[in-house]
Amino acid sequence: MKRFSRAKFFKGMNLTVFTFAMLFLYIPILILVIYSFNDARIVTSWKGFTLKYYGQLFRNVAIRQAFLNTMLIAVLSTVISTLLGLLTALGLENKKLKGRKGFMGLLYAPLVMPDILMGVSLALLFNFLRVNTGMWTVLIAHVTFCVSYTVIVIQSRLEGFDNSLIEAAMDLGAKPSTTFFKVKLPLIMPGVIAAALLSFTLSIDDFIITFFTSGRGFDTLPIYVEGTIRRGTITTINALSTLVIGLTLLLVVFTKRIRKSLISSF
Amino acid sequence: MEEIRIVNVSKDFDGFMAVDGVNLTIKPGELFSFLGPSGCGKTTLLRMIAGFETPLNGKIFIGDQDIVELPPYKRPVNTIFQNYSLFPHMTVWDNVAFGLKVRKTPLPEIKERVSEMLNLVKMDDQHSKYPDQISGGQKQRVAIARALINNPKVLLLDEPLAALDLKLRQHMLIELMNIHDAVGITFIYVTHDQSEAMSISDRVAVMNRGKIVQEGPPDDIYERPSSIFSAYFIGETNLITGEVIGIEDEYVQLKCPMGNGEFFEIDSTFHFRPEIGSQITVSLRPEKIAISRHKPKVADDMNVVKGVIEDILYLGSHTQYIVTVGKNNFRVFDQHKRVYFDDTALDWEEEVWLFWHDTDSWLIDELPPEDRMPAEGKSHLSKIKKQSSVSGEQI
Repeated sequence: MKRFSRAKFFKGMNLTVFTFAMLFLYIPILILVIYSFNDARIVTSWKGFTLKYYGQLFRNVAIRQAFLNTMLIAVLSTVISTLLGLLTALGLENKKLKGRKGFMGLLYAPLVMPDILMGVSLALLFNFLRVNTGMWTVLIAHVTFCVSYTVIVIQSRLEGFDNSLIEAAMDLGAKPSTTFFKVKLPLIMPGVIAAALLSFTLSIDDFIITFFTSGRGFDTLPIYVEGTIRRGTITTINALSTLVIGLTLLLVVFTKRIRKSLISSF
Repeated sequence: MEEIRIVNVSKDFDGFMAVDGVNLTIKPGELFSFLGPSGCGKTTLLRMIAGFETPLNGKIFIGDQDIVELPPYKRPVNTIFQNYSLFPHMTVWDNVAFGLKVRKTPLPEIKERVSEMLNLVKMDDQHSKYPDQISGGQKQRVAIARALINNPKVLLLDEPLAALDLKLRQHMLIELMNIHDAVGITFIYVTHDQSEAMSISDRVAVMNRGKIVQEGPPDDIYERPSSIFSAYFIGETNLITGEVIGIEDEYVQLKCPMGNGEFFEIDSTFHFRPEIGSQITVSLRPEKIAISRHKPKVADDMNVVKGVIEDILYLGSHTQYIVTVGKNNFRVFDQHKRVYFDDTALDWEEEVWLFWHDTDSWLIDELPPEDRMPAEGKSHLSKIKKQSSVSGEQI
């Protein structure tokens, strides 16, 4: 009897802890979503349902531009850093490569370096080279910090690769290029896709490094949001955030399907 | 059909000679095995024929063409890998079709040939499955189909049955022989399993330390081992060393020390003429020896030796006796085929008579030095030593 009630107690505890954890994680987001429909200029009180911030959001040219900038940078930096990462990881497969360890150390460094350090150093570099900051500098900065991640993700996929499959393909008459595109690439594709998704997320998400490298006139979404909140108008940002949350959820749901279809398309 | 000639091929890995000056000719259509313990260079030799390793020196000919400079994808050979190496992201059908696809064969022809091949290996009903959905034996079949569809001049098999269990292995062995008969091309088979090599091969090359120790048909290697290594590596054998004390017609007479100051004398036919007074070794297979508790009445051409049963191992189809003759140990296989004259079986510590025909032993011009033994040989020797020291005390 006692044992039973104790088990019940722990079960109850588990549930409570779980609930609090979930609430802690999601209540802020929930509040944000609710207030994006709140017909009041300040967030402290509920004044009724409205969609007007969404209207404002879509009429706001600056937001639209910032969104497009973000997407442009994200897509470009994802493509470039994934390709660079793939090539680097393949190159580093050669264990006899001179300076392999040192090079890998250099690659890992940006992972642990604080963003602000990277941002400032890039800003200094661009300043030193007298490069006008803008889209290109942001792109270079994003590729710079994404490449470390893509190399590592793709490398981990290559690690377990069974090289006898390459031999088998060559044995069956496939030239090195055919072997790569028909056997190696499809098999490491999950790693490549994971790397691409990761760098896409990192790029969209980045504020600090972009802040130091974007200069005036090229805002990404995080930069724009920060600027707007600083000026005190949070309402459209709530609406924007709600849309982003919705999009993210959709992405999570479909990621599996996307990955599967991407793999089988090879 | 072309023969394969391996001419003075060597290969080193960081100074270690994995293959050391191998010369070999494999006849067209032959099922040829490289047999040897792990690390003997058999797989390296195979990989050089496939093109995955470049020889340090030497030439490999298929017909008149030296293939050493050709990359693997330009060689008229295909390989069955030890772990099959099927492409996990392709179906059985796509795996088999791979070789034709990369050669840009027209699709109708691919379809026809793939179904033909899947038929040959009895996998036609599994064509849409992925490699992780089929069993080990089935993977094996797919690997065979995938290789043979390219019409290779030579099929290389790198320990193809190592990953299968015993029953399946025996089954696939027969299947492989049938496939070899059906396609008629040269097969080169690499294995460390002597019974596999013996049962499947037309000819076998026994390898040790990068060199070919002996080559020939399986029965030849079994019955007429050229060295102590081949005698030990293939099957079990008794090695008796002794001094040549006489040569008469086709027989040599040997005086073999029993280790306790006494000697026993045996006769053996010879295939090389040893010098009188020299020390040589005789290999005598355990199944050639008969065992009896009564002294047999035999003709002149039989050797008869008296010993004591040290150990009895019941093995189902036969019993293995270890019989000590002085400090020598004889392994004797007694087939369970006949009814014993008296229905009491032989017992431990019983005095028995061993007898065998003069022509059933084989001379080896070598003394058994322990460091030249393969692993099995070594343990066998040390076991004999241990046992003989024990029996010495008893006597």
